[in-house]
Amino acid sequence: MTDANTKNLETAAYPEGLRRVAIDPVSRVEGHGKVTLLLDENDRVHQVRLHIVEFRGFEKFIQGRPYWEAPVMVQRLCGICPVSHHLAASKAMDMIVGATLTPTAEKVRRLMHYGQILQSHALHFFHLSSPDLLFGFDSDVAKRNIVGIAAAYPELAKQGVLLRKYGQEVIRITAGKRVHGTGSIPGGVNKNVSSEERDYLLKDIGQILTWSHESLTIAKQLFEQNLDVYNTFGTFKAHTLNLVRADGALDLYHGGLRARDLHGKTLFDHYDYSRYWDVIFEDVKPWSYMKFPFLRSLGPEQGWYRVGPLSRVTQCDFIPTPLANQARMAFLAFAGGASAGATLGFHWARMIEMLHAAEMINDLLHDPDLQGNDLVSKGERQARGVGVIEAPRGTLIHHYKVDEHDQIIRCNLIVSTTHNNQAMNEAIRQVARQYLDGRKLTEGLLNHIEVAIRAFDPCLSCATHALGKMPLQVELLDADGERVDVLTRGADINCNSTG
Amino acid sequence: MSEMTFTLDGENVPFEPGQTVMQAALAAGHYVPHLCYHPEFKPHGSCKLCTVKINGRTAASCTMPAEAGLQVESNIEELNALRRTLVQMLFAEGNHFCPSCEKSGNCNLQALGYDLEVHTAGFRHLYPDRPVDASHPDILLDFNRCVLCELCVRASSEVDGKNIFALSGRGINKHLIVNSKSGLLVDTDIALTDKAMQVCPVGAILRKRVGFSQPIGERRYDQRPISAQALDDAPRQADASGNCAACEGTP
Ligand code: SF4
Ligand code: FES
Repeated sequence: MTDANTKNLETAAYPEGLRRVAIDPVSRVEGHGKVTLLLDENDRVHQVRLHIVEFRGFEKFIQGRPYWEAPVMVQRLCGICPVSHHLAASKAMDMIVGATLTPTAEKVRRLMHYGQILQSHALHFFHLSSPDLLFGFDSDVAKRNIVGIAAAYPELAKQGVLLRKYGQEVIRITAGKRVHGTGSIPGGVNKNVSSEERDYLLKDIGQILTWSHESLTIAKQLFEQNLDVYNTFGTFKAHTLNLVRADGALDLYHGGLRARDLHGKTLFDHYDYSRYWDVIFEDVKPWSYMKFPFLRSLGPEQGWYRVGPLSRVTQCDFIPTPLANQARMAFLAFAGGASAGATLGFHWARMIEMLHAAEMINDLLHDPDLQGNDLVSKGERQARGVGVIEAPRGTLIHHYKVDEHDQIIRCNLIVSTTHNNQAMNEAIRQVARQYLDGRKLTEGLLNHIEVAIRAFDPCLSCATHALGKMPLQVELLDADGERVDVLTRGADINCNSTG
Repeated sequence: MSEMTFTLDGENVPFEPGQTVMQAALAAGHYVPHLCYHPEFKPHGSCKLCTVKINGRTAASCTMPAEAGLQVESNIEELNALRRTLVQMLFAEGNHFCPSCEKSGNCNLQALGYDLEVHTAGFRHLYPDRPVDASHPDILLDFNRCVLCELCVRASSEVDGKNIFALSGRGINKHLIVNSKSGLLVDTDIALTDKAMQVCPVGAILRKRVGFSQPIGERRYDQRPISAQALDDAPRQADASGNCAACEGTP
């Protein structure tokens, strides 16, 4: 299985004469991407690549716009985690206006963010991943979707919907609307949380905590019951990057950058993110339109890393809420910590974070600062602003330069999915090696690739920076670009691959 | 003297000599959609949203003098469909991205769109390339959203006595210009307290750094539609300090 040709799988040694299979679109992933495989006549895999087209149209679009528009404008990037962009841009603009947030402003924003984490993690686990996890990766494709889940596990499906809805209500109250809210502005927020609004949210938080705990239990049990698969499926060690609080705690809203190598050695810690470019650089590869960020100290070949729930939960020193911290300890202790590198460990880690988000929402709702009236601050105007936040999918970097007329003249965004670009490629190569190599392709086998990608919960709509969706194509070509067969996948249901 | 009246959608509307159909209708509590009309300025008659049928013929109600016995139709599907089309054309002609526009919720064009139930784009957007003028330290001029109503032109010349704005070009090339050598706002004597700063019905003339400081729910058209508010006062923007004589008592 590990002859020279299949070792790395990024680039086939002799692509001539190999058969090309494209999985397009990668379904149940937010946005669209494409995976191509090069196979020889014996179905041995020679090359595996995940392609995401990154337009960076947004960076161009925002040029010339006034800086205070950015936190609202950036939400057009993504309908799934608009709040993350809203907050990352606001944090950058806090720097532009020289603000130090008031306690009320910071807490309202945090509440908004944890609402977002809750709704996004619930959406991912229940809607996008539970069909694979509960029915099996190569189960009947007609049932392997949220409709199938609703039929087989109605209670669970309902919980997923209500968890998500609660998160959206938190967003509506703090941002003004569920999508395209305006709550966070340069230097603070435009509204507090009134005591009526607080009471409205408090009414259901007990139920939300219980359900978050139950979801975590499901994620944990799935792992325990399928230990062999979960521990090995797309498992690889990777360097990690995430924000941590000054005391090393998990903090999804603010902190310094921490990077560790795959052996757990700290590369940098509590690094001031306003100079992120000193430690992170973006590489370009000829076959992909999406950039490949890497840790400068390790170089472009070795320096790729993983962001997101799995990195955050394993690399923080503790979680500052009791239930989630207990869950974290159990996760780390489980099977000697093997789960920490497991691609499917993402799901467990994600549910730990969802519980943490529910605990944080509960804490914040009991904090009287939410009803404060000191909402905005400002100080000395700056020309450059960097905002970094731990979005549901991982570290999100917003970077702007603003001229003396208040116009944005430069913008650079590094979104979570871009950070994970190489790691996702690595995961699918691992899976291709484990499950596909030498076997006749079936829909179920191809779905294994998608399961690995979905574990990262990539948001291709963010990653492409496109305004609006991309057109879809489905194709299966040979190495000369000749169409051999068509792989169709309509609404998650059909996939015919004969190859 | 017996009261002079005309009928509007079947109801008697009294008027005084010299009033237009629009003025009499609003004064009597009847809403007729409008965008370029403003009670403090001479009617301009350009947007045509106020088009009504007078004795069977279409006319702009904001410029049409009221006469006794006229039969005016306004709130009929035929005219509302035309008004929807006009609003769609205004949206398609400029760059109006309501979700990320700071005037959203306070914008008359958007409010008219909601009130007239404009649910679709209708036309392919032209996406014109119109750079903003951010040269002035306190005022932003975003040509992308200008609907060429000339309210700022009228306010600046008639009230402020400054003549800062003008329209130039014809047809689809018509656009707003700034009367200064450089063509930039910074080289005019515009002030935040000018009337011209208060009248723009859309988000084209903006005080800088205000942005989204007003939360959703508290904006002008969040609670009551433009058709209700236009009866309290003519649609306009509050001045820099948030005051507006005609807005007294309205949210
Ligand atoms: S800038 Fe505003 S007030 Fe002036 S013409 Fe354009 S839309 Fe009318
Ligand atoms: S309001 Fe009468 S033409 Fe504009």
